[in-house]
Amino acid sequence: MNLNTIVDVKRPKSFEEIEWRDGHAFLGGGTWLFSEPQVSTDTLVDLERLGWPALTVTPSGLEIAATCKIVELHDFKGPPEWRAVPLFDKCIDCFLMSFKIWNAATVGGNIVMSLPAGAMISLTAALEGVCTLWPQNGTPREVPVVDFVTGMHTNVLQKGELLRQIFLPASALTKRFAMRQVSLTHFGRSAALIVATVEDNDYDFLLTITAATPRPVHIRFRKTPSAKELHQAINERLPPDAWFNDVHGSAAYKRHVTFYLAEQIRAELS
Amino acid sequence: MSKYEVNGRLYSAEAKPGQCLRTFLRDLEVFGVKKGCDAGDCGACTVWLDGKPFHSCLVPAFRGEGRKITTIEGLAQNGKLHPIQQAFHDAQAFQCGYCAAGMMMTTASAAFDEAHKADLPHALKGNICRCTGYRSIVDALHGKKNIEKDVAGKALGASLPNPFTDAILTGKAHYTMDVWMEGMLHLKVLRSPHAHARLKKIDKSKALAVPGVVAVYTWEDVPRRLYSTALHEDHLVDPDDTYMLDNVARFVGQRLVAVIGETEAAAEAGVRAVEIEYELLPTVFDPVAAMEPGAPILHEKDEVDTANGNIFATLAGEIGDIHKGFREAEVIHENTYSTSRVQHVHLETHGSIAYKGKDGRWHVRTSSQGPFAARTKLAYLMGVPAARIHVYTERVGGGFGGKQEMVSEDLPLFATMKLDGRPVKWEWTREDEFIGATTRHQMTTKIKIGAKRDGTLTALDVQVVSNTGAYGNHASETLAAAMASPFAAYRCANKKGIGRVVYTNMIPGGGFRGYGASQTTFAMECAMNELAKVLDMDPFEIRRKNVVRPGDNVESIWMEPSDASFGSHGIDQCLEIVERELKKGNGVNKPDGDDWLEGTGAALAMLECGPPTEHRSGAEMKLLPDGKYHLACGSSEMGNGITTAHKQMAASVVGVRAADIDIINADTDRTPYDTGTFASTGTVVAGKAVMITAEAMKADILDFAARFTKTPVDQCRLDNDAVICGNKRIPLTELHAEGAKVNHRFTVSRKAYLSPRTIAFNVQGVRLAVHRVTGEIRILHSVHAADIGQPINPMQCRGQLDGAVAMGYGWALVENMVHEEGHMVNPQLRNCRVPAFADTPHTDIFFADTVDAIGPLGAKSQGECGINPVAPAVSNALANATGVRFAHLPFTADRLFSGGLTRAK
Repeated sequence: MNLNTIVDVKRPKSFEEIEWRDGHAFLGGGTWLFSEPQVSTDTLVDLERLGWPALTVTPSGLEIAATCKIVELHDFKGPPEWRAVPLFDKCIDCFLMSFKIWNAATVGGNIVMSLPAGAMISLTAALEGVCTLWPQNGTPREVPVVDFVTGMHTNVLQKGELLRQIFLPASALTKRFAMRQVSLTHFGRSAALIVATVEDNDYDFLLTITAATPRPVHIRFRKTPSAKELHQAINERLPPDAWFNDVHGSAAYKRHVTFYLAEQIRAELS
Repeated sequence: MSKYEVNGRLYSAEAKPGQCLRTFLRDLEVFGVKKGCDAGDCGACTVWLDGKPFHSCLVPAFRGEGRKITTIEGLAQNGKLHPIQQAFHDAQAFQCGYCAAGMMMTTASAAFDEAHKADLPHALKGNICRCTGYRSIVDALHGKKNIEKDVAGKALGASLPNPFTDAILTGKAHYTMDVWMEGMLHLKVLRSPHAHARLKKIDKSKALAVPGVVAVYTWEDVPRRLYSTALHEDHLVDPDDTYMLDNVARFVGQRLVAVIGETEAAAEAGVRAVEIEYELLPTVFDPVAAMEPGAPILHEKDEVDTANGNIFATLAGEIGDIHKGFREAEVIHENTYSTSRVQHVHLETHGSIAYKGKDGRWHVRTSSQGPFAARTKLAYLMGVPAARIHVYTERVGGGFGGKQEMVSEDLPLFATMKLDGRPVKWEWTREDEFIGATTRHQMTTKIKIGAKRDGTLTALDVQVVSNTGAYGNHASETLAAAMASPFAAYRCANKKGIGRVVYTNMIPGGGFRGYGASQTTFAMECAMNELAKVLDMDPFEIRRKNVVRPGDNVESIWMEPSDASFGSHGIDQCLEIVERELKKGNGVNKPDGDDWLEGTGAALAMLECGPPTEHRSGAEMKLLPDGKYHLACGSSEMGNGITTAHKQMAASVVGVRAADIDIINADTDRTPYDTGTFASTGTVVAGKAVMITAEAMKADILDFAARFTKTPVDQCRLDNDAVICGNKRIPLTELHAEGAKVNHRFTVSRKAYLSPRTIAFNVQGVRLAVHRVTGEIRILHSVHAADIGQPINPMQCRGQLDGAVAMGYGWALVENMVHEEGHMVNPQLRNCRVPAFADTPHTDIFFADTVDAIGPLGAKSQGECGINPVAPAVSNALANATGVRFAHLPFTADRLFSGGLTRAK
């Protein structure tokens, strides 16, 4: 929709050109920004011309620029030993919207929007992603994705701070994974999106709960847990009031299906 | 200036900084780019950038610079339809046509590959169609041809395409907002943030100081006349409880202040700058609480006559003696069922443009199901003679009852009258629709039903409470419908009912496909299955045993004489078809695993074709010098296919091709009066007017021809483009020329009125699987049988039923308006979903073989009632699968979980 309060668009070619003030908003793909009125925003700071390479494979992992389009992630083929790459598509499929949105929406935009059901949050949290944040003044800092999102539409970004990239470590990308999602409508917004990853020798079983909780939750086990251990661990970590209630699913329902899906995943990976 | 390339044409233009590509293109008068949601949820605005599909409402306009932009207008090349357009043409993969551009720009794009085509539920996640139930879209994508040839004399019963197909599919058809006018002003309203409040003080000064703001109107500026927004022939059936702008807000979203700006941006800024001091008033949202003594009163009694506090209307009656009936009963079922509030979500939002014409009169271009009734109300409100006001539609993008309401016409008209006749446009947003339009009335039905061991009903007792929200538009009429056909559908000597419709501080209810009957059909049809269960009787059998038949009194809870009568009776066929098909199965098995439970269910619905209150239509027809015909009918076309049907009806009477009948509709200047296209009247009232007008046309031609040739009239007959008198064949062109010489004009006009009303039936069957843990529901088999008499256009009738059934599934399984203290929590399509492709099962549709003796040309109503049996059939199938009765809509997975799914057998 038209953002009628916008009076200026800045299209910087480098981060240094950006002089942040209140009323500015970073423009990635625009798919969220242009979907709701933004009456407290008067200036868009377009990130497109910063020209960050979308995806960079390094020996230690995958760097995903915040401005990487979903479609670029969709088209990515990693080295064969990165067995978790098919999870990219599985999470991309959990977007509420169709392939058309992939042409515009960005990975960083989805994470910064910080919806509990943000599919890129699920993906990058499950693969132990680490955000690189560029503050307006000061040195860049790193925050794990799982700690980046703090609740519905809230995150650790300071005013003017920019999400530069998400780094997925090769150690996570080489793990086996299993994933389940439920929604109140077919292929709709996630009520629960649960992923677990594990190493070949059953070590380092990492359960990631998203959508069902206001922020992503990691529960890590030294080895693949038993059904009882898993249930107990979720119960201890997430009391009945820790679940996210919204129009895409009641808290009680999300808790209920999380236990069910987590167990399915555990069984699949056992 | 920046350069933009749109459909191969270069434009020098500057986008506004926060402008989206959608409006930028429309500013260039590329109007094929539609707005359904303006938020990326519906796909109606899909365009290509360098060949890739984008939702243009989410694309910053400046990003279109230097790229090849393609819209629907650019799809056809060298005057030849693109293969997708041809496929949509041949399958008639649209009804109102509003989503078609986005559908085609999605499916014609290179990115839409074979994998997408093979997986439409995923591929079409980003496109919403509210009319078709997606079936005809699948047909198009699979290259299926649904249309037949237009042959002279064979128009009746032929599947002919919509006459506006090519314009719709090439983006040339103009919907309400698809015009540009010199000097256009824009209207925006401030909507109430409070559920109940008095406006103590309004300060306009800051709003008026906003650059570009032209005027600000409050309750003190507008005529203070009470009216109802509901459109009916008889305005007395709705309470006069509404002011154009009021000093009391009674629901969150009520319009309070109108701001007129040179631009939408200025009007919006003006709205934000208005300062209002509110005195908050106590609120009540629950209709039962609203009936309690001491509840906050919504409307003062000296203004609105309410019988008892907030109870706007009570309808009660009894036939026989239910105490006796229950004493005779050997089994009794008693339960409370409730249905939810839902929004129409016609893809084209409400909107109107009002202006002063060169003729000095006031013109209102609008999106309405009842332009004539709207004109009457506008004349009353503005205090000007109706003849000074012209209300018209061009293409209307869906209605479903939501446009049987005058909610967007009055403020632009008032403003243009104040502002020297400058055009004033008010285009609603999707959020406006969710919080400021109307919804289906939420109703709760307590039902007690008794029967003999053999299944014979002995007594029926119903108590209905309807929540009409802050205003009573359609309140008593929907309640009357709720208390009528669902209970009249069954023979039972003892029936009693009381229905109350109650004011609360919720968004107002309104007319919505099914119109009250949907709500109590849900209760009655669930109850019939419960009764069958107690009796250990087949659910089809108990219906067959008790359903009304010719010879029975067609009566609900009143014994007054009724004008409803069986012109035909096809319910037995419908029950048999659905039972047979469900038994036969369709080869779709339930998913593997013990957690998937499978069940079947069915339900019926009866429709008295047309409202019990007044409804009338006129038509005019003339023979043109070229030997073709012109037909004018006031009926609105909003995707219901009524213009196609009217052309076919007229063509069949005069024995020509439908294409030989040129039609104009829904225009208070150019067509005769029509109450409006609602209440299932398009075929049975307006269609009747068309039929008798065409018959008069035929008689007029034959009469003139007889006199001209001096042949007895019984030896004259029409033969396509000629008249045959004795052994002489005179082309109509020649006859017309002869008529002109003696000032014979070949013009006729007739009026139709609705009485008696015939009776139609619909039966829905469902086989589904439900996952006992996650609550996921998969519809495995969906069957619908309709007793609609002679289908004027079978393809369109099927399309209407596809759409009605899909909407029924939406109501049952998907749609959920969530309110907290009167505030809608989810007023966006991505949060308040309507069925997407993946949510909409394919339905096998069958017609009973009936030809009606009352309806015109053997036809009955078809577009409305198909929705009614769907939700109860789903509930019955769920009960069959799980052993648990889910009695409260909607059946979303989380509500099934809290409603006892874990107790499933």
